[in-house]
Amino acid sequence: MGKVKNSPWLLHYDGSSCNGCDIEVLATLTPLYDAERFGIENTGDPMQADILLITGGINTQNQEVVRQLYNQMPRPKVVVAVGVCACTGGVFKDCYNVLGGADSTIPVDIYVPGCAARPQAIIDGIVKAVELFQKRSDRHDRYEIEQKEGGNANG
Amino acid sequence: MTELTMRFIWAIGFVILAPFLGGLLEGLDRKISARMQRRIGPPVVQPFYDVRKLMNKQYIIVNRGQNLLILSYMILMILTGAMLFGGTDLLLCFFVLATAATFMYFTAVLTGSPYGTMAGSRELVQMMAYEPAVLLTCIGFYLACGSFRVFDIVNSDTMLITKLPGFFVAYVFILTIKMRKSPFDSSASHHPHQELVQGIKTELGAKNLAIFIVTEWYENIFLLSIVGLFFITKNPLSIIVALMAMFIVYFLEILIDNSSARVKWTLMLKMTWIVTLVFAGVNLLILMLLK
Ligand code: SF4
Repeated sequence: MGKVKNSPWLLHYDGSSCNGCDIEVLATLTPLYDAERFGIENTGDPMQADILLITGGINTQNQEVVRQLYNQMPRPKVVVAVGVCACTGGVFKDCYNVLGGADSTIPVDIYVPGCAARPQAIIDGIVKAVELFQKRSDRHDRYEIEQKEGGNANG
Repeated sequence: MTELTMRFIWAIGFVILAPFLGGLLEGLDRKISARMQRRIGPPVVQPFYDVRKLMNKQYIIVNRGQNLLILSYMILMILTGAMLFGGTDLLLCFFVLATAATFMYFTAVLTGSPYGTMAGSRELVQMMAYEPAVLLTCIGFYLACGSFRVFDIVNSDTMLITKLPGFFVAYVFILTIKMRKSPFDSSASHHPHQELVQGIKTELGAKNLAIFIVTEWYENIFLLSIVGLFFITKNPLSIIVALMAMFIVYFLEILIDNSSARVKWTLMLKMTWIVTLVFAGVNLLILMLLK
C-alpha cells in the first residue's frame, strides 16, 4: 500500500554497552554521514518510532525496559542490533548479570557487526531495515484490510 | 454579493492549499537547516512522506479522549485560518487560535504521562508569554486603520508597517515561540534529543501525530499571513512585497533556530514581555498620542 520506506524514524536504546556503539550511532546523524538525507529521524519516542536501534547486551536490569519499549512501538516495526554486544553479548557475555544479545529478549531482524560498529555499517543496517520495514508495512496493510472486511462480514 | 463570494473563495482556498504550502515550507525549513549545518538534508517533500507513513502505522492510543481533543485542535486551527482569509474579525481569529492551543494542552496532559504533562505546563507558560504581544498586535491594527476586520485592513491605503513597526518587531519575536523554534521551544521541538522526549506530542502516535503535524502546517501559514497583513494594501502589487516579507521572516526564524540554544521558561517570559512592552508598548503610545 503506502510507501513508507522514505520516512524511517529511529528509536535508539542503549543497553549494557560500553557507549562505543552509541557514539557511532550518533555519528551517523552528524554532517559527515548525514542519515537524515534518507528521511531518517532520531525520535526518542517509542510511540512514533519504526526502527529500534539497540546497542549493548541485555542484562537483568534492562530486560523489562527493552521489552516494554518494543511493545510500545506500533506495528510495523523492525529491530536492528548494533555492535557485537547487541548481537551476542560480546565482551560482556560472561558477566554475572548479562543475559546475552538483544535477541535474548526481543526478536531481532538485522545484526550489524563490529566493535564498535562503523557508521557506514550502521547506515547499511538501517537501509536493510528500511526495506524490511516496507515489506512489513505492506503485510500490515493487508492484515488491516482483512480485519476490516472480516469485521464487516460479521457485523 | 460578489465581495462575499470572493471572501468565501479565499477561505476555501486556504483550507485546501494551506496544508500543501505548509508542508513544502517545512520541507524547505529542514533543507535549509541541513544546509546551514553543512549537511545534504532530506528531500523537500519529506514532511509529506512522514505524514503518509504515519497514516499507515498501527493505531495505539492511550486515552480515547485524545482523538476528540486533537481533532478539535485541528478544526479550530483550520477555522482560524479560514476566518482570517475570509476577512472577518482579527480579534476573533486570535481568540479561536488561543482556544485551539488550549485543546492541544489538554491533549498533552490527558494521558497523565509525566513528559506530556510537563510539556503541557510549559506550553501554558509559552501561551502566557506570547498572548500579550498577540493581543497588542490586534489593537495596533485597530488603531492604525480603525477596524478589526481583516477585510478593512487589507484594503488600507498605506502599508501598515509604517505605522506599526514596533508591533511588527514584537510579533516576529513571539513568532519564534508559536513556530516552536529554538530558543523558545521548551514544550516541543522539531529536533530530536529534547529532554522531554517529544514534548507535548510524546503521547501522540500514528494518525494523531499526523493530525498534529498537518495542523502545524495550517498554523504556520496562518501566522505568516499575519506577517503579510503588515504589508498588504489596496494595491495588488503589495502582495509581492508581503510574500517577500513572509519569506524573509521565515528565513530569519530558521536562522535563529539553528544558531541559538533553548532557554529556560523564566528567561523566555522576561525576554518576550520586555520586547512586547518596549516595542509594542511604545508604538501603542505614539499611535494614541497622534490620534
Ligand atoms: S560492540 Fe564494542 S563498542 Fe559496541 S558496545 Fe560492545 S564493547 Fe562497546
